[in-house]
Amino acid sequence: MSEATTLTDPIISAHSRVPEMSIADVELPKETVGDITADHPTMTTRNVDVFYADKHAIIDVSLDIGRNEVVAMIGPSGCGKSTFLRCLNRMNDTIDICRVTGDIKLEGDDIYSKDMDVVLLRARVGMVFQKPNPFPKSIFENVAYGPRIHGLARDKTELEEIVHQSLERAGLLNEVKDRLDQPGTGLSGGQQQRLCIARTIAVNPDVILMDEPCSALDPIATARIEDLIDELKQNYSIAIVTHSMQQAARVSQRTAYFHLGHLVEVGATDQIFTNPRTKLTEDYITGRFG
Amino acid sequence: MSSANIVSNMSNSEKVTAAAGRPAIADKVRESLGKRYRAEQRFQLYGIIAITMAILFLGFLFASIISRGISAFQATYVNLEINFDESVIDPDGGRDPEVLHKASYRGVLRQSLQDLFPEASGRSERRALLALISNGAEFQLRDLVVENPELIGTRQNVWLLAAAEVDSVVKGQVDLDLDESQRRMSDQQVGWINQLQNDDRVERRFNTTLFTNGDSRDPEQAGLRVALLGSFYTLLVTLALSFPIGVAAAVYLEEFAPKNKWTDLIEVNINNLAAVPSIVFGLLGLAVFINLFGMPRSAPLVGGLVLTLMTLPTIIIASRAALKSVPPSIREAALGVGASQTQTVTHHVLPLAMPGMLTGTIIGMAQALGETAPLLMIGMIAFIVDPPSGVTDPATVLPVQIYLWADSPERGFVAKTSAAIMVLLGFLILMNAIAVLLRKRFERRW
Repeated sequence: MSEATTLTDPIISAHSRVPEMSIADVELPKETVGDITADHPTMTTRNVDVFYADKHAIIDVSLDIGRNEVVAMIGPSGCGKSTFLRCLNRMNDTIDICRVTGDIKLEGDDIYSKDMDVVLLRARVGMVFQKPNPFPKSIFENVAYGPRIHGLARDKTELEEIVHQSLERAGLLNEVKDRLDQPGTGLSGGQQQRLCIARTIAVNPDVILMDEPCSALDPIATARIEDLIDELKQNYSIAIVTHSMQQAARVSQRTAYFHLGHLVEVGATDQIFTNPRTKLTEDYITGRFG
Repeated sequence: MSSANIVSNMSNSEKVTAAAGRPAIADKVRESLGKRYRAEQRFQLYGIIAITMAILFLGFLFASIISRGISAFQATYVNLEINFDESVIDPDGGRDPEVLHKASYRGVLRQSLQDLFPEASGRSERRALLALISNGAEFQLRDLVVENPELIGTRQNVWLLAAAEVDSVVKGQVDLDLDESQRRMSDQQVGWINQLQNDDRVERRFNTTLFTNGDSRDPEQAGLRVALLGSFYTLLVTLALSFPIGVAAAVYLEEFAPKNKWTDLIEVNINNLAAVPSIVFGLLGLAVFINLFGMPRSAPLVGGLVLTLMTLPTIIIASRAALKSVPPSIREAALGVGASQTQTVTHHVLPLAMPGMLTGTIIGMAQALGETAPLLMIGMIAFIVDPPSGVTDPATVLPVQIYLWADSPERGFVAKTSAAIMVLLGFLILMNAIAVLLRKRFERRW
């Protein structure tokens, strides 16, 4: 299929709220430029397509997420990076009209196969959302919820241990240890987001997906989360969607640039930001659009 | 010189037009400003008028009900010296409870009145005298004697319930200037009442009868007991059925059901059911529950089932709205840590939706409490004296009791009707207050 037909496709041009620059001006590469594979992949995705009813939101994307690395996904709004992220823990299942095809594997297991239990999958692939969304319960209950429903703690002391450890690793323990029984919704935005991260790592997943985790936070809170992401990659594989190119450059080892549902270019973060191989990527990271 | 003038004139005129451009817009805005402010004031005025009228009408309604009904919360009692004459009550002296039960206490009462007003000698005069005291008084005396047989042969001062007509006279509700033939109490009877009052033998007390008695043909003896219990049992059945069914239906439709044309059809029908006149539900109840299933007539059980059908749409719609208002981020958060759909709903969504659901339920219950038409259809309009002891005993409900009393010609029922309305409104206000409190209480958990 040629690029020209793709671009004149009326469904695709429905995405045209994206860039200030006219889409027709840019030329999409036929295939993803760069190395999509990782040395020790935790998750592998091959030829993933996502449809919202008739809308082709993700077009033939293949990408690995390596162990102990942070993969950043960047691109203009509506380019499908969040949609792609939500395929990785089947969060798109909650949307009736959403259909996912292709091959997504977690440690070699096809996550869209009938044998894969979605509850188990989401225990192994945790997610942190754009807006901090703590449960309207106490700080302790927020973190304890995951371990409790999965039966990870044998008794109360073990549960407390997990909660403390998770809060510690999320860098929140010192700030909240005296008020674990206070509502999580009473914390500041940055603290709430770290609480959500603590809640995610309390289940001890293999992969953590982060969907613009700092977009609702101020620069200081953002810096704390970024430090945290850097620490977390020692234990987890992390995929992060971000609008901030500086953030991608700071926290990630590999960067993937999405455009109109296509994965345009993947590469080591240094290379993407210093020496992009496609015009599209270059235009985006130099701020020509997006 | 002249050319310089022209130039200066030109530049002047240019200035004027350039300067005129701005004031022109400002003037136009100012012009429309007055109009806009007037429109705003007019709009506010309409609102104030509407609210004032609503408050006036409400105030008028309450004032008229309270002014009419408040007197019914007091009952008139007459103190008589009763001669428990052994020869009338227990001529054999055996103190057999059977005999004590069947004795003519009307005779005892008549004799005691006779003693008090010896001048009433004629047959009709004696009847008029007896009419001062409630028909229920003889049963009051009977119960007194059966419980305390040692009273026989003594003379005791006993407070007896006055007849409704006496009650009206004492409360000043009867225009005594009217000709004797146009009122229920003759001049002679009014004279007796005045004499009793002068002797301090008349007293107004809180009307406990209103709450302890069932219905009666005599206004002074009529009470709300049956209606209160009937309403209680009916609402109990309604709540026990409609809340779980309604919430379960709402949760399923909102959280689990696939969105297709069948669920659309169900949704449309639920909305339609909410608009069905309640009497239709009554007819349905009559046809299905009573005629087909053979359930008892006039029973709170059937009333509760019918009102369940009526309140279900309200509860389902309110519950779905409450579920919809739970932010999707909470669902995502729960699903994100690996909660199943059911866990997400029961652990997070339901607790957050509960205040809205409870509010909807209590509003539905308040609606059910005030419902009359469907209950007429299933026979809850019967004249029932004995309080029901369960959901299958015949009973009536508060609004039906109001309807029955409003339909009764006796003067005493006018005040009783308003009093019953006050009791009903009191319960409605109580239920709404509970709804508000519950909402407040649960909302703190946010």
